[in-house]
Parts: sequence; structure tokens; C-alpha cells
Amino acid sequence: MSTVTVQLFASYAESFGGPTLEIPLDPGSTVGDLVLSIRALPGAYALPESPRIAVNRRFASFDQVVDPGDEVALIPPVAGG
Amino acid sequence: MSRAAIVTRPIDPAQLMAEVQSPQFGAISVFAGTVRDTNDGRSVSAIDYSAYTSMAESELAAILAEAEDLFGVNAMVVEHRVGALALGDVSIAIVAAHAHRAPALDSTRFVIEEIKKRVPIWKREHYGDGAVEWVDPTQSTGVATS
Repeated sequence: MSTVTVQLFASYAESFGGPTLEIPLDPGSTVGDLVLSIRALPGAYALPESPRIAVNRRFASFDQVVDPGDEVALIPPVAGG
Repeated sequence: MSRAAIVTRPIDPAQLMAEVQSPQFGAISVFAGTVRDTNDGRSVSAIDYSAYTSMAESELAAILAEAEDLFGVNAMVVEHRVGALALGDVSIAIVAAHAHRAPALDSTRFVIEEIKKRVPIWKREHYGDGAVEWVDPTQSTGVATS
């Protein structure tokens, strides 16, 4: 089984205790599968019902397949401006 | 010519205006967002901004491309600052130039509203009572917001 690195920012980096997570990835795993795995970790209390995930710097739907080489990030509620 | 950037230095809106200025344009719309001393009824003393810089810059560029499609404005610059900002500092500036005022104004409004929805930038506010908290607009009480 391979893994994918999930980048964390802002409040999520604090709640999970670091800038990245290493999440196991089965072939064909989707963004939704990834979110389920992340929800099992300490720190997941900070996540909303449907957290936003970016894959390769674009917001991704929960049915998008994730490859081990993808750049994945968990995006907290944005507050720019 | 349009340009979008996340910057760590102070933003000079006049410099951004100069970038888009041209005799073909009769209007330059400028929006500057600044650090305010209250939020949701609490006293604010400073704000730290951070970003997922590579994605933020690509989202900003995508928003400018959408603004061009919607309003025909192809001379825009947006800069968003990250790091420790003091009260009154400019956190974001958007300039849009066009032959006429309506497209310039409309595109500027469109860009700031889209930024607030989808560009991965975050702010951590320092409050007058010493508390420091990440701002979550989805949890806002709606008091004294802009």
C-alpha cells in the first residue's frame, strides 16, 4: 500500500499538530476515502461536515481519484481579503 | 496584461494603478482592503495572514481570467499580502482598468467576492484581550463584518 502526503494549513495544522499527514492510499482511492481516513485521526474534531480538499492546486470533488504523486491539501475555511 | 501575486512586502495601490494605466482607458477602479480594529464585535489589534501560496496564486489568476470573460476587462492586478499586519495596513489591493467605468467597477467587485469564497488564504486575529484566534467566516456571528 502506498501513501499520499496531505498538506495542512492554518487552524488544521494546529489541530492535527503539524504541517502534513501521511495517509495510506489503496489503488483507486478517492478524495472521499481520504477524508474518511483523516477523520479517524486525532485532530479531526476541527473538520466541518464536508471539508474542502485540493488536488494539484484545484478544489476536488469527493469522487475524484487520488494518486500517490498528487499534491493534496486540506483547505480550512478561507478568510482572505 | 493581468497579474496576480501573494506578497510579503507592503502593498502600494498607487504602484498597481501605474501598472494598468494607459491612454486607452478612461477608468481605473481600485479596491484596497485594510486591517480593521474590530471584528464580530471584538477589538482587534493585529492580523497574521498566511496562504497556500502556489494554489492561491493560481486561483487568483483563474479569477482574473473569469473577470475578463465576464466583463471584458483585461488590465487587472491583484496583490494579497501575507505575514504580520498592523491596523490600517493594506492586506489586499485590486485594480482594474477599462475604457469605461462600469466594467472596471464590476470586475473589481467580482474579484474581491470570489477571493473571499475560494482563495486559500487565512487570517489569525490578535484581540485586545490578548486572545489569538483563526478567523472562520463560516462561523461568523455577522456582527460588524464588512
